Amino acid sequence: MASKFNIDLTVNGKSHAVSIEPRRTLADVLRDDCGLTGTHIGCEHGVCGACTVLVDDKPVRSCLMFGVQAERKAVRTVEGLADGDTLHPLQQAFWENHGLQCGFCTPGFLMLAAGALEENPDMSDDEIRDVLSSNLCRCTGYQNIVKAVRIAARALRAGPRA
Amino acid sequence: MNWIGRSLPRLEDPSLLKGNGSYVADRIGNAASVRFVRSPLARGAITGIEIPSGTVVFTGRDLSGVKPIRPILHRPDYVAIGQPVLPVDRVTFCGQAVAVVVAEDPARAEDIADRVFVDIEGENAIVDLDAALATGTAPVHPEAVSNVLVEGRMKTAGLDTAFEEAAEIVTLELRSHRQSAAPMENRGGVAVYDVASGRVTLTASVQMPHMLRTGIADALGMTESDLRVIAPDVGGGFGQKMSLFPEYVVLVWLARKLKRDVAWIEDRRENFTASAHGRDQAFSLRGAFAKDGRLLGLDADLRSNVGAFSCYPVTCGVEPLMALAELPGPYDLAEYGVRSRGVTTNTCMMAPYRGVSRPMLTFSMERLMEVAATRLGIDSVEIRRRNLITAFPHRSPTGLVYDEGSYLQAMEAAAKSVDLPAFRARQAAARLRGHFLGVGFSVFSERTGYGTPAYAARGMEIVPGYEIVDCTMDPSGDVVLRIGSSPHGQGLKTSLAQLVSDELGIEPHRIRIISGDTDATPYGWGTFASRSMVIAGGASKLAAGKVAHKLKTIAAQLMETTAESITLENGWARVSNSNQATAIGVLARAAYHQSHRFKGLSPGLHESAVYDPGGTFSNACHVAIVEVDIETGGTRIERFIVVEDAGVLINPMIVDGQIAGGVAQGIANALFEEIIYDESGNLLTASFADYLPPTSAEVPEIEIIHMETVSPESITKAKGVGEGGAIGAPAAVVNAIVDALSPFGIQLFELPATPQRIREQLRRAGVATHG
Amino acid sequence: MKPAAFDYFRPASLSDALALLAKYKDDCKILAGGQSLVPAMNFRLARPAILIDINDIAELDYVHADDRGLHIGALTRHAAFHRRVVDGPLGALFSAVARHIAHYPIRQRGTFAGSLAHADPASEWCLLATTLDATVVAKSARGERAIAIGDFFNGTFSTDLEPDELLAEVHLPPMGQGWRTGFYEFSRRAGDFALGMALAALRIEAGVVREARLGVGGVSDRAIRLRKLEERLVGGAASQEMIDTIAREAWASVSPIGDIHATPEYRRDLVATAVKRALTEAAA
Repeated sequence: MASKFNIDLTVNGKSHAVSIEPRRTLADVLRDDCGLTGTHIGCEHGVCGACTVLVDDKPVRSCLMFGVQAERKAVRTVEGLADGDTLHPLQQAFWENHGLQCGFCTPGFLMLAAGALEENPDMSDDEIRDVLSSNLCRCTGYQNIVKAVRIAARALRAGPRA
Repeated sequence: MNWIGRSLPRLEDPSLLKGNGSYVADRIGNAASVRFVRSPLARGAITGIEIPSGTVVFTGRDLSGVKPIRPILHRPDYVAIGQPVLPVDRVTFCGQAVAVVVAEDPARAEDIADRVFVDIEGENAIVDLDAALATGTAPVHPEAVSNVLVEGRMKTAGLDTAFEEAAEIVTLELRSHRQSAAPMENRGGVAVYDVASGRVTLTASVQMPHMLRTGIADALGMTESDLRVIAPDVGGGFGQKMSLFPEYVVLVWLARKLKRDVAWIEDRRENFTASAHGRDQAFSLRGAFAKDGRLLGLDADLRSNVGAFSCYPVTCGVEPLMALAELPGPYDLAEYGVRSRGVTTNTCMMAPYRGVSRPMLTFSMERLMEVAATRLGIDSVEIRRRNLITAFPHRSPTGLVYDEGSYLQAMEAAAKSVDLPAFRARQAAARLRGHFLGVGFSVFSERTGYGTPAYAARGMEIVPGYEIVDCTMDPSGDVVLRIGSSPHGQGLKTSLAQLVSDELGIEPHRIRIISGDTDATPYGWGTFASRSMVIAGGASKLAAGKVAHKLKTIAAQLMETTAESITLENGWARVSNSNQATAIGVLARAAYHQSHRFKGLSPGLHESAVYDPGGTFSNACHVAIVEVDIETGGTRIERFIVVEDAGVLINPMIVDGQIAGGVAQGIANALFEEIIYDESGNLLTASFADYLPPTSAEVPEIEIIHMETVSPESITKAKGVGEGGAIGAPAAVVNAIVDALSPFGIQLFELPATPQRIREQLRRAGVATHG
Repeated sequence: MKPAAFDYFRPASLSDALALLAKYKDDCKILAGGQSLVPAMNFRLARPAILIDINDIAELDYVHADDRGLHIGALTRHAAFHRRVVDGPLGALFSAVARHIAHYPIRQRGTFAGSLAHADPASEWCLLATTLDATVVAKSARGERAIAIGDFFNGTFSTDLEPDELLAEVHLPPMGQGWRTGFYEFSRRAGDFALGMALAALRIEAGVVREARLGVGGVSDRAIRLRKLEERLVGGAASQEMIDTIAREAWASVSPIGDIHATPEYRRDLVATAVKRALTEAAA
């Protein structure tokens, strides 16, 4: 049996000392070892995107990365998106525009959009729809997700967060 | 202040947006991990199961005292089949659970499951619907020698005459391939054992928690009070999470056997192989049309592949009997003959999936109308105009009574919204440039919010339908609503809060709704069949209305007036035509703490109500404009318009979300998703790389227009809207594709209309890609 | 769907990685982007005993151009090609093709070289490498060798790499300003693997095709270079008539595989369409 690795994982700016088998995916480590269950597991083969998190600011599938690989990297999850009680503009836009129903895919969409907008704040409407095709949603038919991200992109461009 | 009719942002959302949602996989705690060993073969005799030493593994022999899951329909043509929670001697579909592993974590449980060898003497599996009906086939279950588990028939007296008098008889063979609801959250359950009481609490991702408790208690021979079932946040269900599955029975059995907490979180491959499927249907239709396009008679042979077992509690009758009863849809049809069968095969069980039969029957009727229109030289819209129901209440040949609707008006509005003459001009111009655009219509009815009479008519032993709601206002004037229904992500709590707010004159955020906990809610049926807003909404309105009446009585006594002159609004009880008012909080406190003052009233503010309606029909018209690439068979939906009549909208934003989400699943049904087995019954589409839900790149903007017919059949004036999107879209999309390809004379009668299937028809029509 | 247990190494240098490869050979797999390997491991279709994670080896993370062409290190991610890595038609082609590879988050992790090593016949990069005469540089503790792309793929998920070899670099010859390219892919959904695709590159002078490259993918167990059709193209005009002829001959020359996503007949139709559209784009 493979031995466990003792590593420090930095998630949302906070250090977590974890002892993990190398076979544990980052998604499982975040959920089970760090107690951050906002990252959801929908397919474990990289298609649905429910487990999308940011690793060094890039959106990645946390089911397709092992936890040990996130050592010395900055991981961000949905739990770190809001600023205290103030929702991130993406969260606010999803709320106001009914960008979620069951909410299971929502953390993945939020982190996908957050990462993509950080890389390119000036994405066109078509580019936004294209990037959002990375993840699956079964409830909304996508249009309110697309609308929410477009609105949040405008809000983010308009000014820094309060 | 009216809360009904406002697009209030949902009360459910802030926690979900912050990652604080609580789904079953988030509630595992210290539970041991459960993994099911599943049959690698679709059919055969179990000759042995080898269990690695030193592991905790149970098989069907260990669970011999557990009763099979055996749902009943009281009909002479129904064959009851028992589904063993773990089989002892035979496997009946590939993926069926045959043993269960308990280990310290999921990976180790899977390691052990890999080493459990199930020896099976394989037999030829029956996979295909029509193969199962062929004579000489070894039956899937000995109880059903013809492989038919349920069969319904009817024929009106004048059907033969209708066909004799017909100017045109249209005969169609239609096929819908199998689909999965594929909710983003898979199934799962955590069974927690309480050492002190011996009680088990099962938290599970389900749509019918009360039913699950009854079913598990029956299977295990335990009293219901020893089991508590909780449905936490549920990540979508769409019908798949209605049924009682063997895994949940096994979980509770394990918790009691091992006296410890156990958790099973289904993975995606299991969800595809062993949860539930739907829509595997073949319909043969004959329509008798008069010269003017009126449908005089319809004769139908309907076959539904119900898989290996019958789903509990609604049974394998759900698709075939729905098809039988509702095939005529929105059309004024006098003569109808039908035979509808549910056919068992060595495949995963069929269970309700959003729309249940109606996507296929709408597809069938709407294709029939199109073919008849073409043959008779009548315009698509005109032929429907001549056949749609316009007088209400309307009684269908199967005895269904349709309440007020707007079938014709909805279609006219839809036709207007696409500006058909302008579209035809654009279509003609595009064809000259080698671009093939088409428009397709789909008109349908959606029977929603039906109570016990409808289910009793099917002969169900377990008759669902009503909902009970308890409404309590506490001394500070806040309200708790306990509902038997159980949402799975559709925003029911917000909509109910809006309804109750208007009854009680307080703001929605002061209403807390408790659902999905058998310890904390009255018995109820859950979420399915587009019923929650009509039935749970109706019961909520009634219960809140009773509390409101009591508040008014108290207010009247305090302000020395009559209850009839009191209105409740914005937190106040006001006396009409005066400045007199008392805060609702003051009345609430008085109800509890000064109850001696109110003669004839019981203390407190706690009321209960039941609603059990007959049902109401929503209706809609969908229009798709689709472009087809004749060289690849690829399609692009340019526009999709829905004219929907679901009565009064409680929260328009939520209603639109239901429609758009339903349409996306309908588009998936039309173009993308297909469960495929090989001829041995192995599932070939067990991942999202092979089973293809569409993404934001494939689903267009959905344009929605509302009509609001008020029906006396719903006390909230709302009709159901959960399924309509999925029902109407396949027909509209395929009709549009056929219209686009009309220069080639191509017809399509198969769902999904994949690029390959479209291209095959084009190839047959002589359209080469290499010219 | 949890992977079987494995041992894990994350060497910091190429020489350390090669030493591990030499030691464990068939028992180990290289983990680069992991976007194909990890799903296979989650399904337990792949059960390597040992993973050698090369993500910390900075010396493998490069992409640069010189007069010999484009050099792509083993750790270059798909997303690196979102921007143009080299001026001229080659950089533009890479950018255009990259956008067809899976989705944005997958492109952040998955690597160009990993796609080649994985050898999925429906991979866009395998088609590009095959069509544009790539050379694969394999390194091992024993030394280094260059493998012409035509000798590299052995079939579906199978390459010429020895168990102790690492695919360290992919080299593509330069493509001058006279070249024009076209790429067409048909897939069911955005980001899905291709059911059929074609890549064309033409060097046209004064209306005459001087050089041509044409390949198709998603059709058989590896990408196919259509050399005979390239020869047909050279010396004439890239006219609509010529393009139709080439498409017809492409249709006739391939013997596609069938699976649940596409029958051989359908794939053959797609090949003809893809060739036509890729050539039309290149000739435009």
